[in-house]
Amino acid sequence: MAVGTIATRGRAARKRWSQTPLGSWITTTDHKKIGILYIYTGIIFFFLGGIEAALIRWQLSTPDGKLLRPDVYDQIFTMHGTTMIFLFVMPTMAGFGNYLVPLMIGARDMAFPRLNALGYWLLFFGGIFLYSSFISGSAPNAGWFSYAPLTECTPAALSQGLGSLTFQQQAAAAAQAAAQGGQGCFAPGQNADFWIIGINLLGIASLLGALNFIVTILRLRAPGMTINRMPLFVWMTMVTSFLLVFALPSLTVASALLLFDRHLGTHFYQAGFGGDPLLWQHLFWSFGHPEVYILILPAFGMISEILPVFSGKPIFGYTFVAWSGVAIGFLSFTVWAHHMFAVGLPTVAQAFFASSTTLIAIPTAVKIFNWVATTWHGRLRFHTPMLFATGFIAMFLIGGLNGAALGVVPFDYQITDTYFVVAHIHYVLFGGAAMAIFGGIFYWFPKMSGRRLNESLGKIQFWLMLIGMNIAFFPMHILGLIGMPRRQYTYPPNLGWDGLNLLSSIGVLFLIAAFLVFLFNFVNTIRKPADQPADPWDAFTLEWATSSPPPTENFETIPVVRSRRPLWDQKHPDKADWRTAAH
Amino acid sequence: MRLGSKTRRWAGFGLLALIATVGLSACADNGANFLQPAGPIADTESGIFWWLVLGVSTVVFVIVTTWLLISIVRFRDRPGAPEAHQTPGNNKVELAWTIAPAILLFIVLGFTISTMFKLDTPHNSQGQQVPITLHVTAIGHQWWWEFVYPDQKIVTADEMYIPTGQAVEVTLLSDNVIHSFWVPAIAGKVDVIPGHQNQMWMLADKAGQYRGECTEYCGNQHAHMDFAVVAVSSDAFNTWVTGQQAQSTKLVEGDPNYQGQQVFLTSGCVGCHNINGTTAPGNKIGPNLTHFGSRQWIAGEVLSNTPANLADWILHAQDVKPDVDMPSFDGTMPPNPALSPTQITELVAYLESLK
Repeated sequence: MAVGTIATRGRAARKRWSQTPLGSWITTTDHKKIGILYIYTGIIFFFLGGIEAALIRWQLSTPDGKLLRPDVYDQIFTMHGTTMIFLFVMPTMAGFGNYLVPLMIGARDMAFPRLNALGYWLLFFGGIFLYSSFISGSAPNAGWFSYAPLTECTPAALSQGLGSLTFQQQAAAAAQAAAQGGQGCFAPGQNADFWIIGINLLGIASLLGALNFIVTILRLRAPGMTINRMPLFVWMTMVTSFLLVFALPSLTVASALLLFDRHLGTHFYQAGFGGDPLLWQHLFWSFGHPEVYILILPAFGMISEILPVFSGKPIFGYTFVAWSGVAIGFLSFTVWAHHMFAVGLPTVAQAFFASSTTLIAIPTAVKIFNWVATTWHGRLRFHTPMLFATGFIAMFLIGGLNGAALGVVPFDYQITDTYFVVAHIHYVLFGGAAMAIFGGIFYWFPKMSGRRLNESLGKIQFWLMLIGMNIAFFPMHILGLIGMPRRQYTYPPNLGWDGLNLLSSIGVLFLIAAFLVFLFNFVNTIRKPADQPADPWDAFTLEWATSSPPPTENFETIPVVRSRRPLWDQKHPDKADWRTAAH
Repeated sequence: MRLGSKTRRWAGFGLLALIATVGLSACADNGANFLQPAGPIADTESGIFWWLVLGVSTVVFVIVTTWLLISIVRFRDRPGAPEAHQTPGNNKVELAWTIAPAILLFIVLGFTISTMFKLDTPHNSQGQQVPITLHVTAIGHQWWWEFVYPDQKIVTADEMYIPTGQAVEVTLLSDNVIHSFWVPAIAGKVDVIPGHQNQMWMLADKAGQYRGECTEYCGNQHAHMDFAVVAVSSDAFNTWVTGQQAQSTKLVEGDPNYQGQQVFLTSGCVGCHNINGTTAPGNKIGPNLTHFGSRQWIAGEVLSNTPANLADWILHAQDVKPDVDMPSFDGTMPPNPALSPTQITELVAYLESLK
């Protein structure tokens, strides 16, 4: 303009970098963009973890497999577990939470938008840091729970160089103690260091996200959105966030002590120096078992959103579904030693943990019953999200049953640390979490992108996944029963394990096909113009009350909520929930 | 709708496949299958599996999936389908299906706990308590098992002999990382943890050879840390004990195995292995070889003990079992020498003569 100074004209000509397509994603503090970044990141790591899974199954498809050297196999299986847990399920769930929670409770953003961005970027660089370990060939290799003392190493400088009399006396005492237990260096490389530092970066990211969710949910709900009217996904995100806040410190402490052992010459987990390897297991699993529910509770939330919408009914027993989630959250802190029935705990202690494991199965059963009851007397529309949701119920049911079986202690003595456990975790995390994630992607894709993924391709993907996962993971039950330990890089041919292993590997081909169908569907859809209305599924909750995709500020005016299904009320004023229901 | 019947059909196939495969697997007698139990502990544990785990799970699975499938078929959307009922819930129903699984689960828990305490005390297949008659110390190394019989003063590896019908107490030690001691056909597993002296008892009814495995991931060769439990009659066990107690001797020139023993004594083997009566006693990191020729396996069951396999093992241990402590004696790992074909033949003949 003629009146502009040179400076303002320059500014007008060159857009700020944060306004360019790339810059806007990197500098964003918008919860929706951060949510999408989380989901993209999660899916990319799902792909990498999937490649690792394929390598594992290729190696094990025949006895005496020669594809991978044992040291490489160890890195691959460790990174597969670490990736799928910390870099696929957790970020993807955090992504859905980020995207959906503010929209579902009628807020304009998360409580701390910049903290939110920090959490994402910590995750992003934490993931890259973990994977950079492959460059030096020293990826973590002690399994996703990195048991000490397999991860231990006394620093050389401290065990040799000091030379003072007191130290020699200490060393002599240590040598004597070593006769009764281990010391020494079983993990001289950087593998364990990569794991410790990477996991802690991801832990900080999760902690920031969790605090943000808690404050957002407790403080930023729209008028009328009482705790008792919150969508169940928001409930489960809240429970998950509290679990993270209380469980992560245990992992942080455990791994920090391990880092001290490795670099500062402490001996927390070294029996030869008066430490105790079991300390690691107690600390790790008091994080690790809540972690299992951190992975699955958001999935419960997603299923509790999808099922009612496609059944055309409210969720059956809202209060019971919500509070069973809370009960699971509390109980998840009391069951850790059911991962440790073989370590030689006193029988009475084992009986305690068998009992708490029994207790936690009850709220889980209540949830499953309520989901099935939600479909009863509904009008079920089997779009792709609904297929995934019903598939989830059946597969998670198996995962729940074979999980409860692990609490039957005399049976557990036989099958813990065998392929039976591998079957269990995959029914829960693949049949459970991954099924829910894909259901969620199909359900919320129109909201996030304004486009709808192809239904036929979605159904093909669902059936490939359902059939593939059963071929891949069901035989693992039997392999465990007939004696195959987990984490073996190979096995001999004469034990009757060949056929089932081959079958399992064939199942993975279905899963690869399913992922490729999804990828094709995604790429094909995202290129089309955005054409979806605000509420393409005839849904109930607030995220569908705004345009697809929503504007930056989410809602033009903050909605006022009078029941658990604000959008249903809007569409059916005569049958509105607030007219009939007490809440 | 087609989907419903398809789902039903798949579920039907799935269920049949489940029953068939589990049923068939029980017949897989590979010596590592607790569903083919050879002692009272595994027998109890397999019973727990069949009715408490598989039985209860199958019933619950069938009930819930049938309910789900009926709902899918009955209430699927179609022209003329009735409107969805806007039922928010039903507290009586909720109460019922909170209590019902609780009762079922606590019945299971009751059997679980009573079985745990029953398994604590040594007993035979008739359920009568029996005394411990043999003590064995099993030491987990990376990656092989050492078996010490403190009362009989025997040290051996890879094979644990026990007499049938007698309760054996196994003390589990490790001076390195955590291992887990599992003989599926005889008893469930107990972890072997540095600084902890875990103990377990076992009893084999039937004579036979059973596969033992390490089931706690313990490093690169976790896959090759197996052993054999050989259950034999009392008489055969006593014979074995007498044989194992015999000392070896220094051979004199002219003995057919003299050259082989010289190779053993001068090529670096004694740095890690003992042969009682021949080498200086003391704790060494490799297996004691005094009665090596009597064993069926080499190095954690990675190879069966034949002269050809033994030669392969000595020459190429790092190819057979990468990262093992044993070096390859093919000249690739100085200062360990490359053994000539003659030396190998002599050494193998000597070791195999140590019955």
